[in-house]
Amino acid sequence: MIAFRAPPILHVGPVGWLRANLFSSVFNSVLTLLILALLAWTIPPLLNWAFFSATWAGTTREACANATGACWPYITQRMGQILYGFYDFDQRWRPDVVYTLGAAGLAWLMIPRIPHKGWAGAAMLTVYPLASYVLLTGGWFGLPVVSTERWGGLLLTLVVAAVGIVASLPLGVILALGRRSTLPVVRIFCVVFIEVWRGVPMITVLFIASSMLPLFLPEGLEFDKLARALIAIALFNAAYMAEVVRAGLQALPRGQYEGAGALGLGYWRATTFVILPQAFKIVLPGIVNNMISMFKDTSLVSIIGFFDLLGVIQTGSSDLDWAGPNTAVTGYLFAAAIYWAFCFSMSRYSAHLETQLAEGDRR
Amino acid sequence: MARPRARHAWWRDTRWQGIALQALALVAIAAVGLWLAHNAIGALSRRHVASGFAFLGHTAGFGISQVLIPYTEESSYGQAMWVGLVNTLVVSAVSIVLSTLIGFVVGIGRLSGNWLVAKLCTVYVETLRNIPLLLQVVFWYFGVLQTLPGPRDSLALGSWIVLNNRGVYVPEVIFAPGSWLVVLALAVGLAVFFALYGWAQRLQRKTGRRPTIWWAAPLLVIGLPALALFVERVPFALSWPQLAGFSYEGGLQINSELAGLTIALSIYTAAYIAEIVRAGLVSVARGQREAAEALGLRRGLALRLVLIPQAMRVIIPPLASEYLSLTKNSSLAIAIGYPDLVAVFAGTVLNQTGQAIEILSLTMAIYLALSLVTSALMNLYNRAHALEGLG
Repeated sequence: MIAFRAPPILHVGPVGWLRANLFSSVFNSVLTLLILALLAWTIPPLLNWAFFSATWAGTTREACANATGACWPYITQRMGQILYGFYDFDQRWRPDVVYTLGAAGLAWLMIPRIPHKGWAGAAMLTVYPLASYVLLTGGWFGLPVVSTERWGGLLLTLVVAAVGIVASLPLGVILALGRRSTLPVVRIFCVVFIEVWRGVPMITVLFIASSMLPLFLPEGLEFDKLARALIAIALFNAAYMAEVVRAGLQALPRGQYEGAGALGLGYWRATTFVILPQAFKIVLPGIVNNMISMFKDTSLVSIIGFFDLLGVIQTGSSDLDWAGPNTAVTGYLFAAAIYWAFCFSMSRYSAHLETQLAEGDRR
Repeated sequence: MARPRARHAWWRDTRWQGIALQALALVAIAAVGLWLAHNAIGALSRRHVASGFAFLGHTAGFGISQVLIPYTEESSYGQAMWVGLVNTLVVSAVSIVLSTLIGFVVGIGRLSGNWLVAKLCTVYVETLRNIPLLLQVVFWYFGVLQTLPGPRDSLALGSWIVLNNRGVYVPEVIFAPGSWLVVLALAVGLAVFFALYGWAQRLQRKTGRRPTIWWAAPLLVIGLPALALFVERVPFALSWPQLAGFSYEGGLQINSELAGLTIALSIYTAAYIAEIVRAGLVSVARGQREAAEALGLRRGLALRLVLIPQAMRVIIPPLASEYLSLTKNSSLAIAIGYPDLVAVFAGTVLNQTGQAIEILSLTMAIYLALSLVTSALMNLYNRAHALEGLG
C-alpha cells in the first residue's frame, strides 16, 4: 500500500500568488508583515487628514481655524490665482484660449489615428507660439496689454516650460553638432559653453539674468524681466539638451556617416536628412526626460521673484488671511499633485514612445 | 599616370571653408565680447559701482546662523564666502551619504521578489522623482519642521532626540584630554584587522584554504579601544540637550534649515539613485545570476558577491554625476535661509556690495571647480575599474 501523502503545495489561485509573492521565505514574510504594519500605521491618519477631518466648505480662514485636517476652501478660493496669477480678471479668457489650443495641438500630435502630423508639428512650432504671444501680451487687434508682471500661477509655469523646451531644442542641436565639429574654434567654443552651463547650479544662472544681464546691455535698452529669465533658462537647458543629442550622434554607427558621404551628400544635407532623424529616434526618451526636469526646474523662478505655481502657493500660505499650518501643507500638496500629474504623464508618454520606436528594431 | 587636377575653385575647398568659418566665428565672438564689455564698463561707471575683488577684504558686518569655521560680524566678505562654501560641502556630504543608503535600498527593493516591497519602492521613485525639488524643500521646512511645537513643548525621546521648531537636538560627545589614545587605539585596531583580512583573502586565493580570523575582529576593534578607555578612565563625556529658559542648550543642534534641506535632498536624490542602481543590476547578464544560483549561493550572497560588484561598473559613472547635481541642487538652500555658498555670497554679500559680476563669476567658478574635481576623480576610478581590453 502506498501511504497517504500531503497534497502538493498550491501554485495557482490567490493562495498560490500570496505564497509566491509575499511569503516565499521567512525573511520575505517578516518583511511583508512589517510593511503591512507600516502602511496600517501611516495610511489611515493621512486619509483622515486629507479627507475625513478636512474642511470642505467655507470661504474664509475661520472655516479652517479649528480643523485638524486639510483646508480645501483655501484652494477653491485661490483657484483663480493658482491658474492665472494676477492676470487681469476680465482678460482670463485669453490664457484659456491658449490652454485649449495647446491641448488640442498636443492631442493632434500624440493620438496616432489623427493624420497630418507634419502640419500639426509645423503649426505648433510656428503659428501657435506666435498666437499665444499675441494673445497673452496683448497690444494687437484691440487686446489690452497685460504686462508680464501680472502673469503667474500655472500659466507662468507653462509659459516658462514651453519656451524653455521649444527654444532649447534647436540651440542644443546646434551645440551638439558644434561639439563634434572638426573645426577647433567651433568645437572649443561649444565645449566651453556646454560645460560651463552644466557645471553651475540653475539658480546662479537665474541670478545672472536678474542682476548681471542688465549691466551688459546698452544704455536705454530695457529688457522685460521675464524675457531675461527665459533667455537664461533657454541657454541653460540648451547645454543639457546638447549632451542628450550628442549621445544620439555618437550612438549612430559610423557607416551612416560614411554612407551619406558616399552618396555625395555634403555636411549639412547629410546632417539634416540622414544623421539627425536617426539620432533623434535614439534620444527621444532622453529628450523627454530633459523636458521633465525642465518642467520641474521652472519652479526656481519663484526664488527670483516670479509668482509661478509654487510662488503663488508660497505667498498664499504666508498671507495673513489664510496663514496656518494646515493651509500651508494643503497648498504644497495641491501644487505637488499638479506638478506630479504633468511630469508623470510626460514620463509615461516617453515610455510609450520608447516601445513604439523599438517596434521597428524587433525581429 | 598623372592624377587629374582638382577642377573646382578654391573657395569650394572644404579646408578653406573651414578656416574662413572659424575666422568668422572668432571675429563674431570677439565682437560680441567687446560689445558686452563696453556696455558693462559704461553701466558700472554710471552706477558708480566699484569693480575688482577688493571688496573681499572688507568687513562683512552680518551674522550667519551656521558657522563651522571662525567667523564673526567683523570678519571679511571673503571669510563669509568660505563659511558658505563649508556649509554647502557639509549639507552635500551628509545628503550624499543618506541618499546613497536610501537609493541602494530602494533600487534593490524594486527588483525584490516580494510584490509588496517592489510596488512600494516603485511608488517611492515615481512619486518623488516627479515633484520639483524646490517644492519638496519648502514642504519639509515650512510645512513640517516649522510647524513643530516650540522649545517648551518639544517632542522628545528622553534626552536622546529632541525635536522642535528650532531644529533637532542630539547628545554630543565631548572629547576630554586623553581621548586621542582611544581614537588611536580604534584606528590601530581597524588597520591591523584590515591587514589581517587582506592576508586571509590572499592566502585563500593562493591556497584555497581560508585561515580562521573571526576571533581577531572583536579583540582588535573592541578590545584595544576598551583597554585604552580603561587606562584613560573614560576620557569622554556626553553633553545632553536640556531646556534652559526658552531654548535648548547643550547637545548637538542641527538647525531646522540644515535638517529640512538634508531630508529633501536625500529623499529626492535617492529616487534617482534607485533608478541608477536598478539599471545597473538589470544590466548584469542573466547568466551571472543563474550561475550564482547554480553554485548554491543564496540570494543575499549572490547579490553581494556576484551581482553588485559587476553592477558597480555601470552604476558608478551616473552615480557620480548624481552626486554632482545634488551638490548643485543644495543651492536651493536660499529658499529656506540655510547659509550655503549661494545664499551667503550670491545672496547677502551681493545685496550689500552690488558687485554682481565679480560675485557671480566667483560663485560659478567655485561650482565649476567642484565639478572638475569630481569628474577628474571619476576618470581615475574608471581607468582603474574598466574591463581589461575595453577600457
